Amino acid sequence: MDTLIAQLQRQFRDYTISLYHQGFLDDQFTELKKLQDECSPDFVAEVVTLFFEDCEKLISNMARALDQTGNVDFKLVGSSVHQLKGSSSSVGAKRVKGLCITLKECCDTQNYEGCVRCLQQVDIEYKTLKAKLQDLFNLEQQIVQAGGRIPQVDI
Amino acid sequence: MAKDGGVSCLRRSEMIGIGIGELESPPLDSDQVHVLAVDDSLVDRIVIERLLRITSCKVTAVDSGWRALEFLGLDDDKAAVEFDRLKVDLIITDYCMPGMTGYELLKKIKESTSFKEVPVVIMSSENVMTRIDRCLEEGAEDFLLKPVKLADVKRLRSYLTRDVKVFADGNKRNLTTPPPLPPLSATSSMESSKSTVESPLSMVVDDDALTMSPDVCNFSCGFAD
Repeated sequence: MDTLIAQLQRQFRDYTISLYHQGFLDDQFTELKKLQDECSPDFVAEVVTLFFEDCEKLISNMARALDQTGNVDFKLVGSSVHQLKGSSSSVGAKRVKGLCITLKECCDTQNYEGCVRCLQQVDIEYKTLKAKLQDLFNLEQQIVQAGGRIPQVDI
Repeated sequence: MAKDGGVSCLRRSEMIGIGIGELESPPLDSDQVHVLAVDDSLVDRIVIERLLRITSCKVTAVDSGWRALEFLGLDDDKAAVEFDRLKVDLIITDYCMPGMTGYELLKKIKESTSFKEVPVVIMSSENVMTRIDRCLEEGAEDFLLKPVKLADVKRLRSYLTRDVKVFADGNKRNLTTPPPLPPLSATSSMESSKSTVESPLSMVVDDDALTMSPDVCNFSCGFAD
């Protein structure tokens, strides 16, 4: 019979794999995990927290710029999405990054409708990822609290 | 890190218990490699700083080219006041930054007497041949495609070690002078795909797919630079 720890570890493994397979995360997230150790046990959680704060700030900037109907500063939107694309790339937020690429294209062609639609999707996507990673970190905590080790998951 | 109040590395509020650095740092261990990292993105600064620390480097991370120059004492054309204490073994900088690009920073460093021998590595999210060439021509040691991985930093680290090693040919060589770069080899690595090459150069280009595309950077790095 499976111990609680084994069950949790299996859940953690399955959930992690699903996040990669569904395209939420890519191998850069794996790279971040390599940087986590006993000295910095919460490194990944802290970096993604900063990333999500970045998302909120940049999306808000872009929304504001797009709100100036008739006088949209596409350069500002472009530079914000460039930043967001960069940080999403650095943390392995694959879907967010992909949407940033699309948003950048809309921006470059000054496609207002496209920008608005895309920005909404970016907003939804980062919030979805945030919730999923929170679930993942909760699982980690449960494993540790149960006295187990967080398994290494090979994708 | 310099104690100069004008240099803003990661502000304390940004560190939020990440544990990546003391503001008041102990005196530099002369054997430890000290890297100056420059990136306007907070997320990227934290990642690069961790990557460097995990490879046993001491890191100062700043958020702009101007701050970097300030830290190096190059901001007003006078020699770094605390040059004896200030030892920078490597400068790693993002290319696309508002205000001063990594390329412009590279030029200023190479023009300085105090720091022109310090290897400068450029990081960029965009794999643009013209950009890479321009940086290498200006004296950049290497060009890393973002997102930067541990393998990339380990590779940099390996040519920065201050030890003098005896090579197979029996010659002693000071490894702070990096070995000459081998010629570019060809495999594809375009736009948003990751480059996972193990070759000595961090980027490779597919000759067939090579296009001279305009430098598409939204900050001040225009076509002309």
